[in-house]
Amino acid sequence: MESTTDIEFEVNGKRVRLAVSPREHLADVLRQRCGLTGTHLGCEHGVCGACTVRVDGAAIRGCLILAVQADGAQVRTIEGEGNDPVMQALQQAFIERNALQCGYCTPGFLLTAAELLELDPDPSRESIREYLSGNICRCTGYQAIVDAVELAARRLRGEAGTDASVP
Amino acid sequence: MKPAPFVYVRAASVEHALEVLAEHGDDALVLAGGQSLVPMLNLRLVQPAVVLDINALHGLATIESHTAGGLRLGALVRHREIAVDPLVAACAPLLRAAAPWIAHPAVRHRGTLGGSLALGDPAAEWPACAVALDATIRLASRTGGERCVAAESFFHGLYRSDRRGDELLVGCDLAQASHDSVFSFRELARRHGDYAAVGLAVSACGRPGAWRTLRLVFFGIGDTPIRATACGEALAAGAGLAEARAQLEAELEPRADLWFSAQAKRHLAVHLLREAWRDLGHPDTGE
Ligand SMILES: Cc1cc2nc3c(=O)[nH]c(=O)nc-3n(C[C@H](O)[C@H](O)[C@H](O)COP(=O)(O)OP(=O)(O)OC[C@H]3O[C@@H](n4cnc5c(N)ncnc54)[C@H](O)[C@@H]3O)c2cc1C
Ligand code: FES
Ligand code: FES
Repeated sequence: MESTTDIEFEVNGKRVRLAVSPREHLADVLRQRCGLTGTHLGCEHGVCGACTVRVDGAAIRGCLILAVQADGAQVRTIEGEGNDPVMQALQQAFIERNALQCGYCTPGFLLTAAELLELDPDPSRESIREYLSGNICRCTGYQAIVDAVELAARRLRGEAGTDASVP
Repeated sequence: MKPAPFVYVRAASVEHALEVLAEHGDDALVLAGGQSLVPMLNLRLVQPAVVLDINALHGLATIESHTAGGLRLGALVRHREIAVDPLVAACAPLLRAAAPWIAHPAVRHRGTLGGSLALGDPAAEWPACAVALDATIRLASRTGGERCVAAESFFHGLYRSDRRGDELLVGCDLAQASHDSVFSFRELARRHGDYAAVGLAVSACGRPGAWRTLRLVFFGIGDTPIRATACGEALAAGAGLAEARAQLEAELEPRADLWFSAQAKRHLAVHLLREAWRDLGHPDTGE
């Protein structure tokens, strides 16, 4: 029997205690043990960004951190961000701009974009592209995603209305 | 795709880490940022008996001026901190310029300087910058205490370095920059955040045509960072771009990778030399 380690961490504001195997990465534990399947797994070696979660504030790869390393940390997944105004603006803009098709990549893009808008409320298209460069989308061709992040940023700055027809 | 089972040890102190490494040697692998190790574990390219997590060693996560006036960087300093730290920007602008080229924000949040140096990927930015800046790499072991190795002699071959299995890479020291230090960092990659197709890190003291020191280090073209010594000497002696280029073409022996032939890499290396030439303040010869 493989040995386990007890960890205690906070997931979307709730305290969670679990016994995990050291070889389980955080994304698997969130999906399989916490039932938070919004964290997706595309490649499990760091290239796609579908597994993005925020650990102690930083958007990181959920597949490249062991669950044992999250002991004592504050973890936020896409499920925990529904009431966040930045996330709400991004979600609305993603819908309006057709920035998702199959949606597999979307949680990762949203969490990464939210971090960008917290750091820089007025990013250029180039810096949006650069910030999202670690997230892969096989459907949209990225243009619509960049448009959506730009729109959300403008709205959060109070420069664009919420009417979908507003450019 | 999951790692094979291993024993996880969280180092409580540097001494504790050295103890574990002394006991297990190559059967233990250090876990720093995990941005290269965890993919290797997930793909089962490595199957260590012990994974030694050093993330709690906060003493290794600092950036400070050291007594000789230079910069002392701990092994656990993350790529992202190097990108934003004011001391780095002031004392080691080459590192500041290189940091955004490493991977993507999410990887830079976790990946560490020490991990990158210990791994020694031939297309990675930090090893080349360390050689260009003539950095000193600091290693510690239980039996040998601390020892220092010049970056230039640290990288031995493809993913092979001077580090012994029982040693922890604890940090990297940079000498104080002089008033006339200049640098250039240039890289070509297929996509932003990818490892370099070819990159060039240059650090120099003096002025165009009269360089006291000039270190040109290419990455992504060989098994280790490659110092273009003849080209650098020619430039230091006042050579023009055409002569420097001829020297470079004579001394470089690029190795093809999955995407670029040796010939393409040579072409790109010459292109980067031309850009670095301008960055260093040489006149634009229109060549
Ligand atoms: C999608 C993606 C893109 C990337 N692109 C780039 C890129 O463009 N350029 C680039 O340079 N890197 C790139 N990387 C790699 C990244 O920079 C890693 O952070 C870095 O290579 C290793 O640092 P780490 O702290 O993550 O080390 P880890 O992954 O924890 O360890 C790497 C190796 O070094 C050993 N090690 C780590 N720390 C020490 C220490 N203090 N003492 C002794 N041994 C140690 C480990 O045992 C392991 O063998 C990329 C990674 C990903 C996932
Ligand atoms: S699943 Fe983590 S980066 Fe692809
Ligand atoms: S919407 Fe399908 S992968 Fe991005």
